[in-house]
Amino acid sequence: MRNILISILLALPLVGFANEMVIKEKAPVDLSNHESLQRGARTFVNYCLNCHSANYMRYNRMRDIGLTEKQIKDNLLFAGEKVGDTMTVAMNPKDAKRWFGAAPPDLSVEVRARGADWVYAYLRGFYKDETRPTGWNNAVFDKVAMPHILYELQGVQVLNHETHELELVKSGKLSPAEYNAMVGDLTNYLAFMSEPAKLNRIHIGIWVILFLGVMLVLVKKIKAEYWKDIK
Amino acid sequence: MADKKIAGVGGVMASLVDWVDARFPLTSNIKNHLTEYYAPKNFNFWYFFGSLALLVLVMQIVTGIFLTMHYKPDALQAFASVEYIMRDVFGGNIIRYMHSTGASMFFVVVYLHMFRGVIYGSYRNPRELIWLFGVGIFLVLMGEAFFGYLLPWGQMSYWGAQVIVNLFSTIPFIGPDLSEWLRGDYLISDATLNRFFAFHVIALPMVLLGLVAVHILALHEVGSNNPDGVEIKEKKDKKTGIPLDGIPFHPYYTVKDLVGVVVFLMVFAAIVFFAPEMGGYFLEANNFVPANPMVTPNHIAPVWYFTQYYSILRAVPPIGISQFPGVVAMGLSVVVFAFLPWLDRSPVKSIRYRGTLYKRWLAAFVVSFFVLGYLGTVPSNVWGTFSAETPLVGGMDYAKLVAQIFTVVYFLFFILMPWYTKKDKTKPVPERVTY
Repeated sequence: MRNILISILLALPLVGFANEMVIKEKAPVDLSNHESLQRGARTFVNYCLNCHSANYMRYNRMRDIGLTEKQIKDNLLFAGEKVGDTMTVAMNPKDAKRWFGAAPPDLSVEVRARGADWVYAYLRGFYKDETRPTGWNNAVFDKVAMPHILYELQGVQVLNHETHELELVKSGKLSPAEYNAMVGDLTNYLAFMSEPAKLNRIHIGIWVILFLGVMLVLVKKIKAEYWKDIK
Repeated sequence: MADKKIAGVGGVMASLVDWVDARFPLTSNIKNHLTEYYAPKNFNFWYFFGSLALLVLVMQIVTGIFLTMHYKPDALQAFASVEYIMRDVFGGNIIRYMHSTGASMFFVVVYLHMFRGVIYGSYRNPRELIWLFGVGIFLVLMGEAFFGYLLPWGQMSYWGAQVIVNLFSTIPFIGPDLSEWLRGDYLISDATLNRFFAFHVIALPMVLLGLVAVHILALHEVGSNNPDGVEIKEKKDKKTGIPLDGIPFHPYYTVKDLVGVVVFLMVFAAIVFFAPEMGGYFLEANNFVPANPMVTPNHIAPVWYFTQYYSILRAVPPIGISQFPGVVAMGLSVVVFAFLPWLDRSPVKSIRYRGTLYKRWLAAFVVSFFVLGYLGTVPSNVWGTFSAETPLVGGMDYAKLVAQIFTVVYFLFFILMPWYTKKDKTKPVPERVTY
């Protein structure tokens, strides 16, 4: 045990991120864009929230993105949850592990763990791979257990092994631009959900810094007044 | 004694103070430690960090108290309770960020405070005990940070603790039993979380407060050093007995430190409100994944304030399969600071009057501290690897070789200190402080 753990300690840094694409594009995160966040919330509830929970996120927190409690109840609650409940799923993690090989992670703070750019690339990174049990693989998450839930919308991509680029071989219901916009909104929502009070803290912070700026002027004057006698 | 003739509130206050003074040394303590504690008047920028360390200590205690009101030291609930604090507790996100930022800023302030002590020779006679208490504070602070880091129960919390506790298992003979005893289990678990919580919120803070108290008491006994490294007590006013270059700590340094406090709080607030993760250095991304004993993260790195020592641990080659030499080197790299008062043989204290030889060694030490600190945050193959055919270093990572070189420099700064401080050409020290 001890030697295993010690060797983990020393060998781990050597393990790289093999087979994974470099993330080039920035995710279109804009926490002040309520329309984008609301569209993202709808996509999240419709597509993700069947398998992925967001156990730390309460539905009524979406008042922060411009929705009223009634709008949340009417449009985003389907299974008799209360508006103050957190976004749980009925799927048993043990069953999920049996079905997919891995339990779908809770997405409450996924953007803080992975970064929004990674999530955005991941949502666009699925490609057809017959060697995988689900038939899908992902360019930024090799051998991912999750199948491509959004393939009807995106269509089918394959990986060109020479250029290491993804190519769309069968169109979906959405054009590439529409699909990117949709998963962009979804990423934006996931970013919001990972820290709902982020914009609020930034707003408070500006006032705190301004207050301290005034304090600084005052304490410098007090200091100068006392120290003028010291020679 | 209270003047009976003073009427009104002032009179009541004065007699109240008399009443207390007859039973508790209130006025005399205020005099000894504030109004008649004479500090050299030539303190510069570097002298802000002692009082700032005290400020951060108080902030950590206060924010910590509020965090314990909502945090659950339970392996099944810890991660969720932190997110609960972040989302559902009023002001909880600010309190939590203040505490997490405070941990890092504590080390920033303490490192700068220690560096001040090094460059101005504050550890030299008669202040060796102050320095030793300070090293004690530093060690306890490291423990405090380590125990606290497990509490959010994220992946980095878990695996970081796993790695550190396993360092003890490399100790010959008693190691495995010792680390099992520390964990209270065969692996990091609920039992470990509970005891780390106890250490973090009560045991170490008490030790820390005690050490801070004796650190300050010892300082006020011998008096503060200053950027010139001359003793102000040697030149006193013949009539009053007050050092000629001394000024009362209160009000002069209380108002001066207030400026430092506000500037510090501006930096602190900027981090808390605008960048609490500090690009992953203060809050690591992987710690937003709940602890999972079955999944080891790709890259385990300690928080930035430990990475220097972690680099040293990785740089030292094992003997056979035992990593014990690395662990010993890592321990020494921290404890070695305690020997500074006896390693330094220079006739002068302050860097202002030292020669170039010392300055070069100090610069080499600072560079190695930063290089090792950086290398500890990245995988050791970050710069690539020597090809297998290279003589001597074949198959070794470039960064590992660099870490080894700087580990040697780090230790040489201390080991050779008696020699180069003696040999160094110093400049004459003035009689009085320069102001």
